[in-house]
Amino acid sequence: MSEATLRVFRGDSNSGQTVDYPVPVAPGMVVLDALHYVQGHLVPDLAVRWNCKAGKCGSCSAEVNGRPRLTCKTRMDDLPQDQPITVLPMKSFPRIKDLVTDVSWNYRVNRKIPAFEPRPGTNWKISQLDVDRVQEFRKCIECFLCQNVCHVLREHDMKEQFAGPRFFVRVAGLDMHPLDGRNRAALLKNELGLGLCNITKCCTEVCPEEIHITDNAIIPLKERVVDEFYDPLTMLFRKIRGK
Amino acid sequence: MTANYETREHDVLIIGAGGAGLRASLEALAQGASVGVVCKSLLGKAHTVMAEGGIAAAMANVDTADNWKTHFRDTMRGGKLLNNWRMAQLHAQESPDRVRELEQWGALFDRTETGDILQRAFGGHTFKRLCHVGDRTGLEMIRTLQDRGVQQGIDVYMECTVTRLLTDGGRVAGAFAYWRESGRLIVFKAKSIVIATGGIGKAWRVTSNSWEYTGDGMALAYEAGAELMDMEFVQFHPTGMVWPPGVQGILVTEAVRGEGGILRNKLGERFMEKYDPKRMELSTRDVVARSIYTEVKEGRGTEHGGAYLDISQKPAEYVKKKLPSMYHQFKELADVDITKGPMEVGPTCHYVMGGIRVGAETAESTVPGLFAAGEAAAGLHGANRLGGNSLSDLLVFGRRAGLAAAQHAKQVSAPSIDTAQIEQSERELLAPFSNTGVESPYAVHRDLQEVMQNLVGIFRAEEDLKKALVELGKLKARAAKAGVEGSRLFNPGWHLSYDLKSMLTISEAVTHSALARKESRGAHSRIDFPNLDSLWEKKQNIIVRENGAMQRRENPVEEMPAELKQVLAEDKS
Repeated sequence: MSEATLRVFRGDSNSGQTVDYPVPVAPGMVVLDALHYVQGHLVPDLAVRWNCKAGKCGSCSAEVNGRPRLTCKTRMDDLPQDQPITVLPMKSFPRIKDLVTDVSWNYRVNRKIPAFEPRPGTNWKISQLDVDRVQEFRKCIECFLCQNVCHVLREHDMKEQFAGPRFFVRVAGLDMHPLDGRNRAALLKNELGLGLCNITKCCTEVCPEEIHITDNAIIPLKERVVDEFYDPLTMLFRKIRGK
Repeated sequence: MTANYETREHDVLIIGAGGAGLRASLEALAQGASVGVVCKSLLGKAHTVMAEGGIAAAMANVDTADNWKTHFRDTMRGGKLLNNWRMAQLHAQESPDRVRELEQWGALFDRTETGDILQRAFGGHTFKRLCHVGDRTGLEMIRTLQDRGVQQGIDVYMECTVTRLLTDGGRVAGAFAYWRESGRLIVFKAKSIVIATGGIGKAWRVTSNSWEYTGDGMALAYEAGAELMDMEFVQFHPTGMVWPPGVQGILVTEAVRGEGGILRNKLGERFMEKYDPKRMELSTRDVVARSIYTEVKEGRGTEHGGAYLDISQKPAEYVKKKLPSMYHQFKELADVDITKGPMEVGPTCHYVMGGIRVGAETAESTVPGLFAAGEAAAGLHGANRLGGNSLSDLLVFGRRAGLAAAQHAKQVSAPSIDTAQIEQSERELLAPFSNTGVESPYAVHRDLQEVMQNLVGIFRAEEDLKKALVELGKLKARAAKAGVEGSRLFNPGWHLSYDLKSMLTISEAVTHSALARKESRGAHSRIDFPNLDSLWEKKQNIIVRENGAMQRRENPVEEMPAELKQVLAEDKS
């Protein structure tokens, strides 16, 4: 069995540094297994979030060799093992301890988004085509990796003005539900700060569920906001009606 | 009172934020109760998120002959008639409404050509019955429930672990807990408490369960005086991943077989022909798990000790559409393209049919004000659960528990909190920090998993079970001395030292019950008693704490009313 070096951030909200740990590498091992090895044999208080270990719950997000990943889906044999494998916490969220960050902001943003509301008089018949269309957005596992890499959040920390890609995906999943009757355009424009996204597609690149966040969620939502608020005819119409 | 903890008050406190806990919270809220939900993980990460195959409900959208009676019959037969018949009846009757309700709250399911909810075949179900969305039904369900809950105003206490139920003269008064993040203490006052903490799989080495599945809720209820029932019935799901080692135990959904997947041994034989020629791969989980185990044991297993499961005879696009997460799971974790070749699979500890004994209508335990729903409760599934009956269980009995808990809260006066209980809980929780033992709780946990895996597994024998009890005694002594390093700030070693206690209690309950049941029924297979014993069909195994020690009793099963006997007898197939 070969051995690798795991270089893990250890520390809390105030300070910290990386520490190297030797780990034996078994076939098919993932980075989360290596972290569990460290926890179980070397440092029992190493703080790591995880649940399903199968890429379905989105708990074990971290930055592995500089790339935001689910550690349960990052195989050790895909990483160069002649140098240490660096595992750092997500940068965009406040650190709590080691690899665990405070992601509670995401839950506060989610509260702003009104839930599904069926159109009056719906008969609950839906075509599979309509289900397939919206499926992509609803498979989001809330790993928050897209939030972590979005430069509006990561570099500019505009958490008060901007909801981030995860929540545009959520709004898309609701808005494109074939029976949903709500209009969330004003919310997107005013409260979720959709306009701040300048479609650099960083979010799409890191999505473990391969959701085309920018192309399929954000851009259509931007178009919706434009139609609603900036369409010249509608604007003229509004002016005439005094609204 | 000391100032070591904060205090929160709710009419109804729900422990666990999976499908059952969230559904209970929505119902309690609808009844006007103030509701708090405590969960060990972040919201939306509970085990329900892993459920893949679907929700069983006799909606008759695909097979129009389906109805509640057939669903009832399938559930009872799957459970080898040990099920609480009233729960099986309510479940079969109410699950279609619960699915429709979920849809009205925004869940999207796959559709039939006429635009109705599509249903797929699953093991032990006579008709195509599982409402699903691809192979990520649980995710759709939990998101729908959590978003509705958040919108409706439940208070969620995330990453918070309850370590003791507080009681007031035999009834529930609240709960003592700590925040995993900061290690600070919190006391909940509540008139009703619903346990919805799921199962116990983490006590076994090969399991599909996450770290959360440590039997806390059952241990909490047991410590508070509630009865546990039929704990020997632990379901080994026939198809977990077996290779590579790191992924061993991860679930391979039964939907693979539901969609036409075929099981073969290394000789290429479709071995289910031997064990259940009629239902083949879609036999019940207990039968398929034993069949794979037997094939491997008799030398016909695959290279890594499993069986082959093959869906590659179906068109690649179909497989990717119906089983997308399986496709990715095998491709990314095992370098296997399931559209081109077979998967290697073997049994993995998945679910416990036993749990807290509750009344069928109210989900109330034997402790006043204490309710339980979902996997933490016993009764619905008898000796073996059918796939798909778990998600429907969460909805049907989550709702009933929430309803009864809210009604109970309206009827009773505010309980008083006993500070002596709080102080004792605090001492126990913090004890590991002053333990001088050099051993870590991780080492004790690993050894516990070996004991349960090797001695209380798929096939059991008196000698092994007795040995397991001795080993569990030693492990308890070791666990009591295990030390903790570091501070109270997000400290997984400390967290495990509490979870370990629950696992040990529950493992002991399982082993005692397994030793007593001298027959083979459903998921409980005794090598030394290989047949059904009709006497045991009439008895439930009860575990209860008396005078500080674990006691086992037997309860007579209540006689089924004539009209349900009639329903059971209608179809002899």
